Amino acid sequence: MTLGFYPGCSLKGSSREYAESVLALAKAFNIDIEEIEDWNCCGATAAHNMNKELSLALPARILSLAEKQGLHEIVVPCAACYSRLTVTKHELAKDQELTKKVISTNGLDYKGTVEVLNIIQMLDKYVTPNLEGRVVKPFDHKVACYYGCLLVRPHEILKFDREEDPQSMDELMLKAGATPIDWAFKTECCGAGLSVARTSSVGRLSGKIIRDAVDRGAEAIIVACPMCHSNLDMRRGAINSFLGEKIDIPVLYATQALGLAVGLDRRVLGLHRHFVTVTV
Amino acid sequence: MSKIGVFVCHCGENISATVDCVKVADVASKYDGVTFSVDYKYMCSDPGQTIIKNAIKEKGLTGVVVASCSPRMHEPTFRKACAEAGLNPYMCEMANLREHCSWVHEKADTTTEKAIDLVRILVEKIKYNQSLNAIKVPVTKTALVIGGGIAGIQASLDIANTGHKVILIEKDPSIGGHMSQLSETFPTLDCSQCILTPRMVEVAQHPNITLYTYAELESLEGFIGNFKAKIRRKSKSIDEKLCTGCGLCTTKCPTKKIPSEFNEGLGTRPAIYVPFPQAVPNKPVIDRVNCTYYIKGKCRVCEKVCPTQAIRFDQEDQIVEAEIGAIVISTGFTVKQPDFFPEYGYGKYPDVITGLQFERLASASGPTLGEIKRPSDGKVPEKIVFVACAGSRDQAKGIPYCSKICCMYIAKHAMLYQHKVHGGKSYVFYMDIRAGGKMYEEFVRRAIEDDGVNYVRGRISRIYEKNGKLIVNGADTLLNAMPVEIEADMVVLATAGVANEGAEELAQKLHVSYDPYHFFAEAHPKLKPVETNTAGIFLAGACQAPRDIPESVAMASGAAAKVAALFSQDELTREPLIAIVNRQPAPVYSSCVGCFLCVSACPYQAIEKEEIKNRAGEVIKSVARVNPGLCQGCGTCVAFCRTKSIDIQGYTHEQVYSEVMALLNEY
Repeated sequence: MTLGFYPGCSLKGSSREYAESVLALAKAFNIDIEEIEDWNCCGATAAHNMNKELSLALPARILSLAEKQGLHEIVVPCAACYSRLTVTKHELAKDQELTKKVISTNGLDYKGTVEVLNIIQMLDKYVTPNLEGRVVKPFDHKVACYYGCLLVRPHEILKFDREEDPQSMDELMLKAGATPIDWAFKTECCGAGLSVARTSSVGRLSGKIIRDAVDRGAEAIIVACPMCHSNLDMRRGAINSFLGEKIDIPVLYATQALGLAVGLDRRVLGLHRHFVTVTV
Repeated sequence: MSKIGVFVCHCGENISATVDCVKVADVASKYDGVTFSVDYKYMCSDPGQTIIKNAIKEKGLTGVVVASCSPRMHEPTFRKACAEAGLNPYMCEMANLREHCSWVHEKADTTTEKAIDLVRILVEKIKYNQSLNAIKVPVTKTALVIGGGIAGIQASLDIANTGHKVILIEKDPSIGGHMSQLSETFPTLDCSQCILTPRMVEVAQHPNITLYTYAELESLEGFIGNFKAKIRRKSKSIDEKLCTGCGLCTTKCPTKKIPSEFNEGLGTRPAIYVPFPQAVPNKPVIDRVNCTYYIKGKCRVCEKVCPTQAIRFDQEDQIVEAEIGAIVISTGFTVKQPDFFPEYGYGKYPDVITGLQFERLASASGPTLGEIKRPSDGKVPEKIVFVACAGSRDQAKGIPYCSKICCMYIAKHAMLYQHKVHGGKSYVFYMDIRAGGKMYEEFVRRAIEDDGVNYVRGRISRIYEKNGKLIVNGADTLLNAMPVEIEADMVVLATAGVANEGAEELAQKLHVSYDPYHFFAEAHPKLKPVETNTAGIFLAGACQAPRDIPESVAMASGAAAKVAALFSQDELTREPLIAIVNRQPAPVYSSCVGCFLCVSACPYQAIEKEEIKNRAGEVIKSVARVNPGLCQGCGTCVAFCRTKSIDIQGYTHEQVYSEVMALLNEY
């Protein structure tokens, strides 16, 4: 079966390495992946703050395109995109009038038949069951799994993991040979979209996350969201000036850590693209 | 031929202002079967009733239609008047000209026409009325009280003191419930055990009370006044008659590290144990799950040291059967347990504890003998945070309701902490302070103003451990949601009060209903707070909703009064407006075909199978039979019956049909 792929804006731009690592893993595990053609913006945080219909019509178009393309299941690695697509599916499923409106806006049929997977769900479904004998270079480090806000919320819609103390990424990292630490900032806010407007706020919020991870002995932080990654990695300057200390703990996507464990090439996984040099 | 009297009431001007009562009476007088018709200003008054009584006697009336107010208002009045004049009370019907007509319509000809219709349908109905007699059922004057907390204790004592027998069952080895675990009680700060233990002893010594501890209800059958209960007395593994309660076995038992339920896991107990020193009865039980002998087949130390040879390893559970007239459910509540609050780290950090655990720390009989010491290292906490609404009023946690007791016990906890740890700092994070109750608000103010407890209005988002401290993150919503971070030594969660595990199962056993949170449902939220919708079964205390001690006690006394009222009669009189399955002469016996759809439809388990046998004792036919003691006359079975074999007395198919036809046929 072919697995659909919705990259969203980040995976084509600031977090190209996330896309690279997802595709590299897919290739390594013979997952047939196909990008949704003519995809558009998911609306991100902007749309649903301005106009509810717009915020549903944008993701609905993506899902319609996937249906049109004959896809039954898509992976959405960006946590924000995943949240928007899942919420849209949920909202449209319970409101036929709204669905009709969205269909007429988009001019595309919408049935709501496409399953939306986040990256952890995708790995759990297609990679970890085939992991036996594949972990050639165990990612033998203490890692802090950072889930951020969107991967597990809103719980009543996503029904994925425990919202206050998620475990799924920790379990995944265990399988990659890492030792996940028990820490307190798994789901605390990284500063998200304030990255540009109020970089110092991001420095403070992300700084607390980095501080706790390092204090508890983590050697790497593992993420599954491009926004989390850019804040923890690209904004390390602001973070370090908040902490008053130079901290160089690297931030890896879960797909990169798992990729390393199964022996994929560092360049293929895009590790050279990070701001903080990946030394692990 | 019927001789019906119609009595039209003006109800002062309530009816006559919009309905032409004279016309109604006049029209009614011309109906077939009506031999007397009159209107009067106040039919319910003494002269009004005399008009009815005289008409019955003088005209020999066979049916009476009173056209006045709602039957909810005066049906008993008029039926009584009829009975006094020698007419069967069920030959009296009421047409509701007030609530159903004059109060809801303008003065108009059509309003009077509707009033005439309402009278006509009852004139037609009453032609098919039959004399009915009240149902009498005997009463067994023994009450079963389930649960020996303060509510069960109070209910048992109150019922026993009216001279009736009580069987009190308690699932734990001792009665006392949650109240026995508490340190001091709000709003007076009197010692919980000091006021409770004398009552526990009174229960044990009361001649009218049979106490079964370590016992649970196995099954219940029957109906009000006539229940049959099976009670499982779990094996205590000791001979209670021989045991003197010396306690030697509990000191010699080699298995000592079992978390003590009474101390909420903050202390330990041996495998043979008495839950606490003031337990009633003060005799041990063996916890077979943890006892070395039951696990490995070796040990028997208790047996060796027992001076009276009272240990019985091979003792089996005993089933006691009892005839019961009424039941009081007083099974209490529990608090949410670990893993429900991952954001607070409960279950992960030893110094994040529940309110009940704090009670044990503050109690003189507790594991620290009343000194506030934190569980992890036994240090006295210098800074302590109390989190109100831990789970309660939280849609996301599935507990949207207020647990009601927490605001008060948190104020008490903070106060006790300030009294015991001088110089200590305490913080209470709250949403609202709900201190409704006598002297309650004053009590909270005392905590804030006299004892210097810091009340912060805001919620806690996360608690985590760092360098031996608990970092408590929250917001102060009175300071523009300013983030607050406190490095605390200990955190107390006011965890939501929830229904007991197994409450649903017990409710099903007892055939009482329960709410979405598995608390037992009262029959009416205002007017029947201690009744269930099953006659003869009452509620007391926190099994109905979170309740504090005074409320639990008040409910228990209320339930006991209901039981006493029930037991004051030798026979119960019930309205005969119940379902009945028809019986016909042989060879048909009944039009019932025995499909028993009605059995599954009945919400009160009132329908049973009856076998009709011939003289040789062979079963000819199985038909439904309604138990008149259980039937509540709801009519569900009537709707389900495919052969129209069931009728509600007073609302038979014939009667309802004649009402409808009266409306449809032009007169």
